[in-house]
Amino acid sequence: MRVGLAHLGVVGYIAASFALVCAFPQSVVAFLLFESSLLAIYYAPVNRRLKFYLGAIVLLVLLPLLGWMNGYYLEIAIQVGIFVALALGLNIVVGFVGLLNLGFVAFYAIGAYLWAIFGSPQANQFIPGNLFPLSSYWFFPFLLLSIGIGALTGTLLGLPVLRLRGDYLAVVSLGFAEVVRALVNNLDKPINITNGPKGITPIAKPPLFFQPWLEFFGLNVNPASLYPFYFYFLVLLIVILIVVVTQRLEESRIGRAWKAIREDEIAAAAMGIPVVRMKLLGFAVGASFASAIGVLFAAKQVFINPESFTFMESIGVLAMVILGGMGSIPGAILGATGVTVLNLQLLKGVSLWLNSVRQSGMVLSIPLLGDFSVSQIPAQFEPAKYERMVFGLILILMMMFRPQGILPPRQKRGP
Amino acid sequence: MELALDILPQVLVDGLVLGFMYALIALGYTMVYGVLEFINFAHSEIFVLGAFVGVEILLLLESAGSLATLHPVFVLLLVIGSGMLLSGLAAVTLERVAYRPLMGSPRLVALISAIGASFFLQDALRLFESLWRNTFYLSYPTLDVLDRTVPLGFNVVVPVKSLLVIFTALLTLFALYLFVNRTRMGTAIRAVAQDPDTASLMGIPVNRVIALTFFVGGAMGGLAGVLFGLHYSLVNPYSGFVPGLKAFTAAVLGGIGNIPGAMLGGMVLGMLEAFAGSYLSILTDGAFGAEYKDVFAFVVLILILVLRPKGLLGEKVREEGA
Repeated sequence: MRVGLAHLGVVGYIAASFALVCAFPQSVVAFLLFESSLLAIYYAPVNRRLKFYLGAIVLLVLLPLLGWMNGYYLEIAIQVGIFVALALGLNIVVGFVGLLNLGFVAFYAIGAYLWAIFGSPQANQFIPGNLFPLSSYWFFPFLLLSIGIGALTGTLLGLPVLRLRGDYLAVVSLGFAEVVRALVNNLDKPINITNGPKGITPIAKPPLFFQPWLEFFGLNVNPASLYPFYFYFLVLLIVILIVVVTQRLEESRIGRAWKAIREDEIAAAAMGIPVVRMKLLGFAVGASFASAIGVLFAAKQVFINPESFTFMESIGVLAMVILGGMGSIPGAILGATGVTVLNLQLLKGVSLWLNSVRQSGMVLSIPLLGDFSVSQIPAQFEPAKYERMVFGLILILMMMFRPQGILPPRQKRGP
Repeated sequence: MELALDILPQVLVDGLVLGFMYALIALGYTMVYGVLEFINFAHSEIFVLGAFVGVEILLLLESAGSLATLHPVFVLLLVIGSGMLLSGLAAVTLERVAYRPLMGSPRLVALISAIGASFFLQDALRLFESLWRNTFYLSYPTLDVLDRTVPLGFNVVVPVKSLLVIFTALLTLFALYLFVNRTRMGTAIRAVAQDPDTASLMGIPVNRVIALTFFVGGAMGGLAGVLFGLHYSLVNPYSGFVPGLKAFTAAVLGGIGNIPGAMLGGMVLGMLEAFAGSYLSILTDGAFGAEYKDVFAFVVLILILVLRPKGLLGEKVREEGA
């Protein structure tokens, strides 16, 4: 019997949840079940090659199909992808090297503004010659450029503070993020570089270089409906690249050096590891991931302003890494997916439900307390607005009961 | 230049008020860091809690109609006293619930828990106020005494509320100095800060001393919160974040763990900020204005860490591994 029960189970689960979403395209629960099919694949006791194929089918075929039925799912998948990339970047800094960076969003902002300024007419404000916006073909060079710029700013920030005690770094990086946000907010004068709180729009999207090929095959799709799929595959590609790079780094000399520093800095230094240089490298790699995904974020949003880069975002990404498990790649992916879905779907869903309950004016009879009309629930009480409480609870509870996270890194045995 | 000289007294008063505020908050960070080597990230929420206790008491008195009839000194004492007490108790509870179970685990773990506690408390306060008053942006009721001004000669007029902040802070800081240096409990706090293991061998109940430190630091934060509310009048659950960050900067500036250092650091930072807020736009012809005063504090922080990581007065913490 070559096809075991596990194989049948996984394939059956994927098929069933997919069918469920097809049958109830508006149902959040059905989509959540479908999303967790990736988790089922990860845990299923089948061989790696089959896991790879199943994962590819879910991500490359089934999810786009669902997105074609309900565009909202594609939007969620793109956002999840962006946060997965951010969480993987922060995972290197917090999880591998053991440095608490509370200003991670600053690098994301730097990447986003890099493309926003030059990919929109904004740059004409301070560079003469009416050269901007750059054509959309510059998107990919800027994606590469942002990696360099992110690494550079990460190094520049790390240089003064990485020699200090670890917990100073947390506060300094937080201060750095606030400085970046204040600069972005206020650099609309004396020279208008960032357009201040009003934000920048319209930002060029990446080029549709494959459109001639589609037309060659007789597919005439209008770009507006093509972009969501395009962004989805682009995010997926970047996430896969980041995962591969992270995995290779983790298993290399550098990764082992990082973990040695995390476990015991003095011992690592005694073993001849250049501690400051390795910390800087970790800082720079994490920052470059964030700033690359920032470029993509700017192109996807078309409009960005400083509101997208608050301290909240940094803490959100930190909560993702902690929830999944510091230093674990599958953990970071799971954490990012879980928190994003929680934020985008569950909390909003509860808020909508509460609103409808409130409007129904139902009266609950609670024993001893008397009658209570649900319309009395104050309008201020909206779970979707309490994400800080959710993140806070995640951080505290994880630290108390499971500091290693849901999917802790597997300890590899030496050769 | 005329203009620059005219506003100088006002800038000095603003700087003093801000400086004392930062000094009071910074004490909470520095004392806890002294005994536990741990950044109490949720201290900014303890500060905001003090501000909210103050506004709630004043609003309750106002709705009972007794705000105008009671003697203002009594009202102020009541508000300040209960703000300090409740903030101190909250800090002790926080230590008991969120930090003590984690002592002994890596430092990152406790720090992350503190960040979580900070976020949780912000929204818990928001939830409470939303359910209780249906809004979480509250403003202090006006007290007539505070809005009066006192002329000091040379065309300088100082509002009573600024004087209140300055004198209350001075008095409390002096009392704290006596407490830490002249009493048995203060000696115990200093002993635990120097070396908890030896202190424990000498019969000092280390855990109780840590709780006491949290109480004193929290009470200072609560006092700062009430004074903040009385002076600037608007409070919301998130208004502690930036002052908290700056107070931490002040603590590092003075040398973390060092109590006089926190006072000095707070004062220097407050003055710098007041001067930057008023003179930056004059100096740069309006190119950079008061909106950069927040940036200023963080640039100062990064510069100190680069140039003099031990702070102005030197830090008082244990050596690594001791």
